[in-house]
Amino acid sequence: MTQAVSQAALSPVLSIRGLSVALPAGGDRANAITEVSLDILPGQTLCVVGESGSGKSVMATTVMGLLPKELKPVAGDVLLQGESLLQASAVRLRQLRGRAMGMVFQEPMTALNPVMTCGDQVDELLSTHTDWPAEQRRAEILRVFERVKLPDPARMLRSYPHQLSGGQRQRIVIAMAVILKPALLICDEPTTALDVTTQKEILRLIADLQREQGSAVLFITHDMGVVAEIADQVLVMNQGQAMERGDSEQVLRRPRAEYTRQLLAAVPGMTPPPAKAEPQGPALLSGQGVGKTYISHDWLGRSRPTAALVDAAVAVRAGETVGIVGESGSGKSTFARCLIRLIDPTEGRILWDADDVARMPESQLRPLRHRVQVVFQDPNRSLNSRRTVGQSMVEGAMNFGQSREQAEALAVELMAQVRLPVEALKRYPSQFSGGQRQRLAIARALACRPQVLVADEAVSALDVSVQAQILNLLREAQSRLGLGLLFITHDLRVAAQLCDRVIVMHQGRIVEQGATSALYAHPQQDYTRRLFDAAPAALPPLQAP
Amino acid sequence: MNAIFRKLLANGSIRFGASVLLLLIVVAAIAPWLGTVDPAAMDSGNINTGSGTVGQFALLDGSSVAHTFWMGADNFGRDIYSRVLYGTRVSLLVGLFTALVALLVGGALGMLAGYFRALDMVLMRFMDGLMAIPAILLAIALVAALGAQLWTVVVAIAIPEIPRVTRLVRSLVLTLREEPFVEAARALATPTPVILLRHILPNAMAPLIVQGTFIAASAVLTEAILSFLGLGLPADIPTWGNIMAEGRVQFTQYPGNVLFPALFLVPTVLAINLLGDGLRDVLDPKFAKRSGA
Repeated sequence: MTQAVSQAALSPVLSIRGLSVALPAGGDRANAITEVSLDILPGQTLCVVGESGSGKSVMATTVMGLLPKELKPVAGDVLLQGESLLQASAVRLRQLRGRAMGMVFQEPMTALNPVMTCGDQVDELLSTHTDWPAEQRRAEILRVFERVKLPDPARMLRSYPHQLSGGQRQRIVIAMAVILKPALLICDEPTTALDVTTQKEILRLIADLQREQGSAVLFITHDMGVVAEIADQVLVMNQGQAMERGDSEQVLRRPRAEYTRQLLAAVPGMTPPPAKAEPQGPALLSGQGVGKTYISHDWLGRSRPTAALVDAAVAVRAGETVGIVGESGSGKSTFARCLIRLIDPTEGRILWDADDVARMPESQLRPLRHRVQVVFQDPNRSLNSRRTVGQSMVEGAMNFGQSREQAEALAVELMAQVRLPVEALKRYPSQFSGGQRQRLAIARALACRPQVLVADEAVSALDVSVQAQILNLLREAQSRLGLGLLFITHDLRVAAQLCDRVIVMHQGRIVEQGATSALYAHPQQDYTRRLFDAAPAALPPLQAP
Repeated sequence: MNAIFRKLLANGSIRFGASVLLLLIVVAAIAPWLGTVDPAAMDSGNINTGSGTVGQFALLDGSSVAHTFWMGADNFGRDIYSRVLYGTRVSLLVGLFTALVALLVGGALGMLAGYFRALDMVLMRFMDGLMAIPAILLAIALVAALGAQLWTVVVAIAIPEIPRVTRLVRSLVLTLREEPFVEAARALATPTPVILLRHILPNAMAPLIVQGTFIAASAVLTEAILSFLGLGLPADIPTWGNIMAEGRVQFTQYPGNVLFPALFLVPTVLAINLLGDGLRDVLDPKFAKRSGA
């Protein structure tokens, strides 16, 4: 930031001038992006931030020349070091990709070829773009692996993508993007698929590489926390339009556009609200000493046990929200699935009200299932796309002995509660947005009149503004119905805002638990502290315009 | 529904395949009114009449009708044109019923194997065993054992196809059963048979329909092969396969007896396959084009 003055004299690496990209006829709007302009100077990071459908990814793919055939740039120009990318031939674009611009994608597993070793994949890039002999290429690859801080580069060279962790895979992708020292690095949500602790490391790595090489970085993200961490410049997009563009400091603290204010206000804070009175009464859902061990057999028939969950315990009372937080692979979802008996635990007791259901056969379990209901992460997949919303809504109630008329009356009532029109019952899930579908999933769960609602990453796939609405809906339903709520999430901010108590899990075990405010203020365990430190930077307080 | 129908019609392969098939179905249905005579009737006065000849055909009851021999007559004096048109009926019925039998049985077994893991091992090993026997050999053996009738031919051709359908459905069910909407249905206490029929089957339908068309195409072909080898339907029922088989003996003098049924067989199989290709492009999400980001 201090060098901004001297850099202003330099010409921008990437310059987008009044770019518009048309959507195919019949879309929800005419243009994917409309008259967007930006400049990135060498050594600067510009964050493009927006919710899903804002057109931010279309912009990144336009720059790379990777737009799907259906989308056509109709106005404006994209200049990379003064050269127009929209006019460039396919051959010229291929030369520029990798050489002059590198790209890091969201999901490293799909960005890498699963049947090629990591070394060969980077080597392919080098042999395409350079005429270096094999030894020089190999030396260069080892050097870049070291620079992206991969452990044991020689081994990485021979490894296949599936043998590496998510963070290591993303480092390989970054290594490929930066090995030829491109002037421009495009990162499209590079940390969204990663855990917070890994995200922190990857963000730091990108910043370090940028400093060393002086590249310009175009960084696409939906996460305001990430923006606060790395951006020099910010471009806020909504519905394909640029809402606001400016210095990171200005946009985050003194946003001029109303939309930016809304977006910032929707980001949940890390500070928990004051605690409610502790609910009394017996636990409606509890697990004691719950364990799940998977046994796999190799080709000789030898068994190898993997403990996914060890000695986990939880109790949820009426009107209480208990959060389970942890990174991927921490066992939090396994625990939740055991508690709802979607998978069978190998050890421990699971009580629904007073009934131990841990080993109950499905036939006896079915009449009790209305007590505990579940809302899943991905609203696109949690409703059967071949059935109308109405058919999905009445299924549960009718399974528990209500007549069709009763169930339909209840469905109408529930539509009002989740603030969707009654006509929604006649439509199919594909006609709703992600947030609306999540409301439908909640309504479907409530139709069984549960005592406890288990939400497994129920807001993780949603945009922040939608996230806030769904959280409110859950809070409302809880206070009206006296529901117990078990909330599984990887997002510490969401847990802070919603949960009364939080359980931290790591590698299949409970590491720490306590009242949310106490836990967030004074984490006791090392792991908890690391986890909290890795959470994206707190947003600076908003100032009056 | 209307939108899906329009999408299907927008696909060239589907339009072509469906129109050809529709034409064949109409031809098969109204064969008696298309200037045909009894396909089994032999007229000793018309042995090896050339194609295109206009003449008289002596029927079994002794009466005689004016008849155009569009495709000539064979060495028994039977009208090839009538036999080919009536043969269309057999081919289409065999194609349709074989596909239905294979889909029903294979689909049911595949759902069981995919959903009930305990059954999987036993069922799939049995299917592997079945797949190890060449399809045409198995069909020949079955027809020989069951006797040659329409239904036995259908069963004999369908049985070797069942393992393929079972595998397809099993793999679909294996992924579908992990879908959140199936888990949600379990949490809603929906009984297992209802989950299978209401939540899993409709979502597996599209690839099944596609597979069905390919089975129908290969069944039409296999039926012709069986008849050609003299193992299919008895000689008094005209099928494209046995018309060709009987024409084979004097192929060099009268090639029409083999070529005319072939001229029907090839477009039929092509049309069914094109229809299947088109359906796969439209219905299978893996082949569906991405419509913008």
